[in-house]
Amino acid sequence: MDDILGEFIAETNEGIELLDGELVRLEQNPDDPELISHIFRVLHTIKGTCGFLGLPRLAALAHAGENVLGQFRDGSITVTPTAMNPVLEALDRIRSFVATLEETGEEPSGNDSDLIEELNRVAKGEDAGVKLASDEETERNGQHTQEDLYTRIGGLSSIDMAVEIFYERLLDDDRVKEYFTDVNMDRLQGMQRAFLSMVLGGPDEYEGRDLRAAHEHLVEKGLNDEHFDVVAAHLLGSLVELDVPEDVVKAMATKLESTRSDVLNKPSDPIEVTEEVHANQESQNVDEPSKPQTPSGGESKKASARTIRVNVDVLESLMTVVSELVLTRNQLMQILRAQKESEFASPLQRLNQVTSELQESVMQTRMQPIGNAWSKLPRIVRDLAQELDKKIDLVMKGAETELDRQVLDEIKDPLTHMVRNAADHGLETTEERRTAGKSETGNIILNARHEGGHIILEVSDDGHGLDTDRIRDKILKNGLATESEIENLSEQQIQQFIFKPGFSTATNVTNVSGRGVGMDVVRSNIGKIGGTVELSSSAGKGTKFTIKIPLTLAIISALIVESGGQRFALPQNSVIELVRITSNSTHKIEMVKGTPVLRLRDRLLSLVNLKSLLEIENQGSQNETYVIVTQVGTQMFGIVVDRVFDTEEIVVKPVAEALRNLPIYSGNTILGDGSVIMILDPIGIANVNGVSTSGEDSYEESTEDMAHLREKTSMLIFKAGQGAPKAVPLALVSRIEDISLDDVENAGGQPAVQYRDQLMPLVTLTKDQQPFKESKQPVLAFSDRGRSVGLVTDEIIDIVETDVSVEMKTESNGLIGTAIIGGTATDLIDTTHFLGQACDDWFDVQRESSFGDTGEKHILLVDDSSFFRNLLTPILESAGYKVTQADNGANGLEICQSGESFDLIISDLEMPIMDGFGFVSHVRKETQFEETPIIALSSHASPEDIARCMEAGFTSHVEKLNRETFLSRLKECFAERRKAA
Amino acid sequence: MSTLAPIQSTSTIESTSNIEEYLSIFVGGQTFGIPVLKVQDVLSYQRVASIPLSPPQIRGSINLRGRIVTVIDMRILLELDPFTDEQKPMNIVVEHGSEAYSLLVDEVGEVIELNVNDCEPNPATIDPKWRELSNGLFRLDKELMMVLDIALIANWSEEA
Repeated sequence: MDDILGEFIAETNEGIELLDGELVRLEQNPDDPELISHIFRVLHTIKGTCGFLGLPRLAALAHAGENVLGQFRDGSITVTPTAMNPVLEALDRIRSFVATLEETGEEPSGNDSDLIEELNRVAKGEDAGVKLASDEETERNGQHTQEDLYTRIGGLSSIDMAVEIFYERLLDDDRVKEYFTDVNMDRLQGMQRAFLSMVLGGPDEYEGRDLRAAHEHLVEKGLNDEHFDVVAAHLLGSLVELDVPEDVVKAMATKLESTRSDVLNKPSDPIEVTEEVHANQESQNVDEPSKPQTPSGGESKKASARTIRVNVDVLESLMTVVSELVLTRNQLMQILRAQKESEFASPLQRLNQVTSELQESVMQTRMQPIGNAWSKLPRIVRDLAQELDKKIDLVMKGAETELDRQVLDEIKDPLTHMVRNAADHGLETTEERRTAGKSETGNIILNARHEGGHIILEVSDDGHGLDTDRIRDKILKNGLATESEIENLSEQQIQQFIFKPGFSTATNVTNVSGRGVGMDVVRSNIGKIGGTVELSSSAGKGTKFTIKIPLTLAIISALIVESGGQRFALPQNSVIELVRITSNSTHKIEMVKGTPVLRLRDRLLSLVNLKSLLEIENQGSQNETYVIVTQVGTQMFGIVVDRVFDTEEIVVKPVAEALRNLPIYSGNTILGDGSVIMILDPIGIANVNGVSTSGEDSYEESTEDMAHLREKTSMLIFKAGQGAPKAVPLALVSRIEDISLDDVENAGGQPAVQYRDQLMPLVTLTKDQQPFKESKQPVLAFSDRGRSVGLVTDEIIDIVETDVSVEMKTESNGLIGTAIIGGTATDLIDTTHFLGQACDDWFDVQRESSFGDTGEKHILLVDDSSFFRNLLTPILESAGYKVTQADNGANGLEICQSGESFDLIISDLEMPIMDGFGFVSHVRKETQFEETPIIALSSHASPEDIARCMEAGFTSHVEKLNRETFLSRLKECFAERRKAA
Repeated sequence: MSTLAPIQSTSTIESTSNIEEYLSIFVGGQTFGIPVLKVQDVLSYQRVASIPLSPPQIRGSINLRGRIVTVIDMRILLELDPFTDEQKPMNIVVEHGSEAYSLLVDEVGEVIELNVNDCEPNPATIDPKWRELSNGLFRLDKELMMVLDIALIANWSEEA
């Protein structure tokens, strides 16, 4: 019995899930008869099985729901949302019953008379949204005359009910009861219904051949007049109970009577009513499934011929065993590789191949179409649309895209949440859409596709996009960032805040969302399965989330690395590149106050030494190491290891309970050679190490909010001479060298060292600073145009990510001003000054090469950050330009309109009051500078950003803090201008 | 090695359900017992792959026929002198929940049948740490045998 119950639960759950979607479809296509019949059948099966298993509450509810559907099908009531609501509610209740049933083995006690009453009311057409459809029915069954018994009885729904009552009565009747023991009543009723409909001239056809055998059997068993009378009486009684008009009942009686002789004497005739069915359940054949009135058992049987239900546990254990087999295979192959010639070679190759095939097939059994995770969504969206009074279309593309069952399970909840969000926050109300000139119906589009070893899943809506202002307010309210920090953030960066814990932009907490479970949970859930979420939103057009998840979790490709004599696995998908570092390679690990960093192309990479992270003893000296460049979210960092081996397919096994609190491991595995190794988790490593920031909440910032961080400037803080600590933007420092006194030579009265085959002059910050008090001192090398100058420092203190604002300007040479960094007043170094100080001819060279023409160029510099204005102005001035400053777009525009003339304009992009885009378009349209080169300045730029700049009217785009390209870009602009002129 | 008490003749009269079999093990001179039904395997010395940053009593993990087993150093867990490098501890693989643990012990004794009713509560004066890992002891002929509770050991390792 337990097995049957389990089967029932599984089947019912499947059925309900199917119905959810189908009912919503029905609402949209109320005239699809096939859909209605299908829904009807599913519900009917549930009802039938419930009755069989002795679950009266479920059965009653399913029955009431089925009645309504019967009316839909007959067209006696039309499908409307109001009529549909109780049906959906009944479905929900059935679902909860089944859940209870699954837990306790019993259906919950209680009473559903309220809902059943409502369903019955709908079924009787009493609901507002329901019309009496006698006309339509006549039309539908046009071939039947008004005298047709079928129509007069009240169509199939009446027959349905009559059959129900009829069987209740039959089963209570001692005279015939015995015939029904061991009979599948559900199937019997289905056949009976079809049969009656046929006899009465209804639209349903009935294949009676199955009955013949049964009939024969019954007659042999002693079917007699008395039985026939009993059955006929019950049938007619049922009709009377249903208030079928008297004349119809009489006609029915006559009809029945006419079949008496056939039933009792000629077994070959496919006529009699009921008893004949009972013995034939075994021999039942399958009717054509397309026929609308197929007895419920038939179709599922046919459909199941090619599929079987397998317990998930069985599949799981199969997967485990295959994983082991794969490992053993790997092990064998490794042994084989070590042997030059072996008689095992060819059978092992064969084994190898078969194992791969097996692995693939087993993986296949775990694959499910992503549509399975979507099946609940149409219903959710439909309910939401009603609740929120919006019109929403849910479009699902690529539902057949397959992915691992486990991944599918994990993605279900985040996905549901995102679709809810899209419906609730994303889409506007009908009213708002109309005002905005959009179609009234909003769209939510789900799109899934394969891409490499990943599934790309997009959830997009065509709503109003994210409200950046509201997000900004919320950020301030929740204290997630300060006002000044926000000022420097781009729209996109502000939008990223929705992934922060406790963030919901809905002004009102609705029933639907805004309950504190936010996108942070979504992101972390997706992160758990190795996926990522990205967000793009444009105001008025909509929002799009792109989720990238791996196809499977069970077997991953991993890079095997060694550190301190121990091997570890690192998931391949988090590895971006490998950098080999030897004593004479171009890449070197540099130390900043004990923190290793690596200059890789144009960026400075924070490094984590695996050995020190894992507290492994260093074994011997290494003359080469490897840096594994890893990306976590948007943040990149390097992991330093001793050796890198191969990439291997590994089976991820969870770590023991006792080790779960070690965030740096995501699992462990057994390699081909049988050894157990730990799988490193890059996310955990980044978190543990607080990579890239030295602030207290480094974890928060480093992982959650790199976008926000990038806007800040990395400042190198050091000590040199007396007074406050000094700071210089890290990006301006090309190298930090430890230089010992012995290496210092005297060149032309100036201390210098040999550096990269050149002589690098050394300068001190102030005259009083004693160079080389100690034998070794850190020297900051600034490079420009192939020449370097070394600034001697006493001590490197730290690297700090900060937003710099100059508090106090200084007149003293070599300083831009003073800023507060990390709570301490810090002097900002003007690197240009030192470059000039070291080589007198420096700027002469530059002037000559930069400007063939004479005459001072006038540049307008628009930037909201006083730090950058103060940084750039001396650079520009020392290069021979005259500079006028403005602190935002509006000011800049004013200056432009004041009649002053400029040869070139440089503008920041993100500024308060008027941003760079606004500024440039105004300048182009409203001032005499429609041809003047305007250079966009930003701290980071994607190709899209650059394209946007060009579109807005900028001539060129340059990255902040890149002095060389900055100056050369200026030169280019002038050169082009000259050519044009 | 000490001899162990034979089953008392009276025990045969009592219902067999009270009889439980214990595997006796020796750690740092003390005898402990583990319910035999919990024991999966007894292995000779195995090379253990260490797990950096793991708590001290977790030695690492071993590969037992394709299954990863977490190795717990009983000497450390019981706060005894650690194993020296020359010592080759034995592995007792036990099952707890869905996970397998291997306990590193000095030596393995034999399986003895004992009447559960004879199990006495740990004296209050005993090392509190030991009391955390055991829920009673048996008085054998020549010595005391503390019964180790696998669940307690596993849970303790988790907390650590």
